[in-house]
Amino acid sequence: MLKRKKSSCHGSTEMNIEGLKKVVLVGSPNVGKSVVFGNLTGMYVTVSNYPGTTVEVTRGRLTKGSDTVAVIDTPGMYSLLSITEEERVARRILINSRPDLTVQVIDSKNIERMLHLTVQLLEAGLPVLLDLNLMDEAESLGVKINTEVLQARLGIPVTATVATDGKGMDELKNIILYQKVSEPEPPFKYGPLIERAIREIEKNLHNDYGISRRAVALLLLQDDREIRESVGEREGEKSIIIERIVQRTRDNVAEPLNYIITMERQDFIKSLLIDSLTCESPVRLPLREKISRFTMHPVAGIPVFLMIIYLLYEFVGVFGAQTAVDFLEETVFGQYINPVANRIVSSIIPWKVLQDLFVNEYGIITLGIRYAIAIILPIVTTFFIAFSIIEDTGYLPRLAMLIDRVFKKIGLNGRAVIPVVLGFGCDTMATMVTRTLETRRERIIATLLLALAIPCSAQIGVILALLSGNTAALGIFILVMSAVFLFVGFLAARLLPGEKPLFYMEVPPLRWPKLSNVLTKTYSRVEWYFKEVLPLFILASILIWAGKITGIFDLTVTLLSYPTRWIGLPPEASKAFLYGFFRRDFGAAGLYDLKTAGTLDGVPLVVSIITIALFMPCIAQLSMTIKERGWKMAVGMAAFIFPFAFAVGYLVNIILNGLGMVL
Amino acid sequence: MRATDRAEEILEELWILIKEKEINPVTVSDLSIDSKAPELKELLELRYINLSGERIDLTSKGLKEAEAAIRRHRLAERLMVDVFDIRRSLMEEKACQFEHLLRKEVEESICTLLGHPKVCPHKRPIPPGKCCAKALKHPKSIVSSLAEIEAGSKSIVAYLITRDERKLQKLMSMGVLPGVRIDVIQTYPSHVFRIGHSLVAVDTEMAEDIFVRRVK
Repeated sequence: MLKRKKSSCHGSTEMNIEGLKKVVLVGSPNVGKSVVFGNLTGMYVTVSNYPGTTVEVTRGRLTKGSDTVAVIDTPGMYSLLSITEEERVARRILINSRPDLTVQVIDSKNIERMLHLTVQLLEAGLPVLLDLNLMDEAESLGVKINTEVLQARLGIPVTATVATDGKGMDELKNIILYQKVSEPEPPFKYGPLIERAIREIEKNLHNDYGISRRAVALLLLQDDREIRESVGEREGEKSIIIERIVQRTRDNVAEPLNYIITMERQDFIKSLLIDSLTCESPVRLPLREKISRFTMHPVAGIPVFLMIIYLLYEFVGVFGAQTAVDFLEETVFGQYINPVANRIVSSIIPWKVLQDLFVNEYGIITLGIRYAIAIILPIVTTFFIAFSIIEDTGYLPRLAMLIDRVFKKIGLNGRAVIPVVLGFGCDTMATMVTRTLETRRERIIATLLLALAIPCSAQIGVILALLSGNTAALGIFILVMSAVFLFVGFLAARLLPGEKPLFYMEVPPLRWPKLSNVLTKTYSRVEWYFKEVLPLFILASILIWAGKITGIFDLTVTLLSYPTRWIGLPPEASKAFLYGFFRRDFGAAGLYDLKTAGTLDGVPLVVSIITIALFMPCIAQLSMTIKERGWKMAVGMAAFIFPFAFAVGYLVNIILNGLGMVL
Repeated sequence: MRATDRAEEILEELWILIKEKEINPVTVSDLSIDSKAPELKELLELRYINLSGERIDLTSKGLKEAEAAIRRHRLAERLMVDVFDIRRSLMEEKACQFEHLLRKEVEESICTLLGHPKVCPHKRPIPPGKCCAKALKHPKSIVSSLAEIEAGSKSIVAYLITRDERKLQKLMSMGVLPGVRIDVIQTYPSHVFRIGHSLVAVDTEMAEDIFVRRVK
């Protein structure tokens, strides 16, 4: 997951790594690459106990004394043959950056599986250092690895670390900085059929691909689309000969070549580990394992889930959205900042018009900054603390596995819980994370549902504050939102063509969250969020101010008051809807002001909350949707969402009134 | 009376041309033998085929016999690959010898042992036998798909269905490879299994492509 936008990644300039020795970190998802990176460079990357969370690339520097090398972190990849977008990104970096050293970080307890990538890196002719990470978990499971034997067998430096505790990091740094790692020879030979095909393909490859010809040949045999295309472009006529070799080899065997190649690697790896790996199976089921099974149980898992939701509610909804908001809003702003700001501004600026830009009803300080700091900040912060804790325990993949069947009905698979749950924190961030979903169809559905039916924490916080003490109203809100989520998802899954999603996921062990990690992660997320939000709030204040002077504001409010009245709301609510176009939480906060003033309550309150909650989340989310899904898709979604939101509001109003509900 | 091995192979060839390649009409020139071959005469005598000029057809009796022969052939291939672990390059020859040894009773037990496989190693369908229909009701074979394995059982991956390479690659990236130990932990709402020292969750569609052999 990313905490910052690319442009603001490391201050104003990209970290300068020109001319330095380049070290690239690679490895499967969730093996601790980002922690190793943090340890090496002293820089923080959002780390989580969830596979596939590094979507972009981070660069840093490792310095010791007068020696410095550049370190590049990559998204997780299982194999050089890529399935997901993350894997393609990782491979591109690996190939394009032409590293002087590739550090493969592995999960030691699963060394057998992890060595497949090692073999591929060696075949690619890259100088490799193998970092056996998570050594503590391996040892607690009775897995012992003899690093010296392995080192001798592989012919590359091998070192063991526990990156979270910093164990073994000094040695790792020393090897990276001072040991000369040479380009390796291919670690083993395949059967005659494959070897012949490799030889023949190699003969026809005349360009440089950043990895060895042998590796290119193997990827071609394994039918890697990207490599095939780039060979087709660069080799011209030769590529036809190559295609023919691949086809002929394929026709000679019963199984896909990818399968055969993988099986041969597996045999080699087994022979490699024979005298360097010992496993004793632990006698009893560790407590951790028992808890883990409990959280995944189809029945017992439900109370666990509800318990987590309840704790989340108490922490974010009650403590964050009520206690903390009340304090900041009434005490800090109400008693101190607002009066002081009003006084100062009116003493410096004599013109009422200009005063309004900063203070009074819609001023930058009294509206923009107050909303951002007093209402949004405490809610978002508490949400991200809670989310980071949940994320680090490894609960989310378990939830993914529990919810997969439901998500299949709406065209997604269990993996989509990550963007969805994250969306409850910030839809913009979540929209960015949808790129980890495998198919275009899933990415579109997830983006649409995030934009429509997943209110972000800021908004939920305000909504909870609005509905506090009114359980029936809250129940109706949750019911309607869930129904919209499932209904629209169900329809989208029917209407959108494309491959059916498949669910497969590694479930990491339950781990105790580390306080320092939770705090830094929360900090970097809140920071990211704030950089996104605050300028928007200020911009909104300015636009409203300008709109007020020119009369556009009143005109728009009047125009909006029609649909507002149709759905049974007082005309004042149209102001909140106007804010809602900027950010739905901003709109909801506008409703909050109306409720405090006593103009909005009961059924109209619920209707207005539902309508605003269905709006597109905010301008930032819209621009992220444009960036990730393209103009057409984003505009299409907006054109659907706003009328749909009012339509649902209209329906809910009719139904509640028809039932004679008093809330 | 039974057809000779050679005649049986012609019968299989004919079946593939008609049923799988959907060639109509099949003529003698499509076959690997000429019209004077003794196998043709034999098949005519057994009333497995009809000959009208160059055109050659399977009788209903011949069709049944041909399907059974194909089934034995493809089961033999599966047996070679999955159980005997014979090199794929040698498989064809061995399977050809073996299929003629597979008679009815043996064929059913072998099919059961293999878990009533649906496709041969070349991904071509194996015509189902009576035992396959029965097995649908009582899936208790030695080799079966992971989707049918109950929680708590220990098993070893026998083979993966390799038809859908998209699924295959995902499974392999999770470390699901023949010979690897898999312990099923839970089967609903998703299939969760321990492989090596990690837990993997997959949906039923993925689990159906993993065939495992149970271990005690």
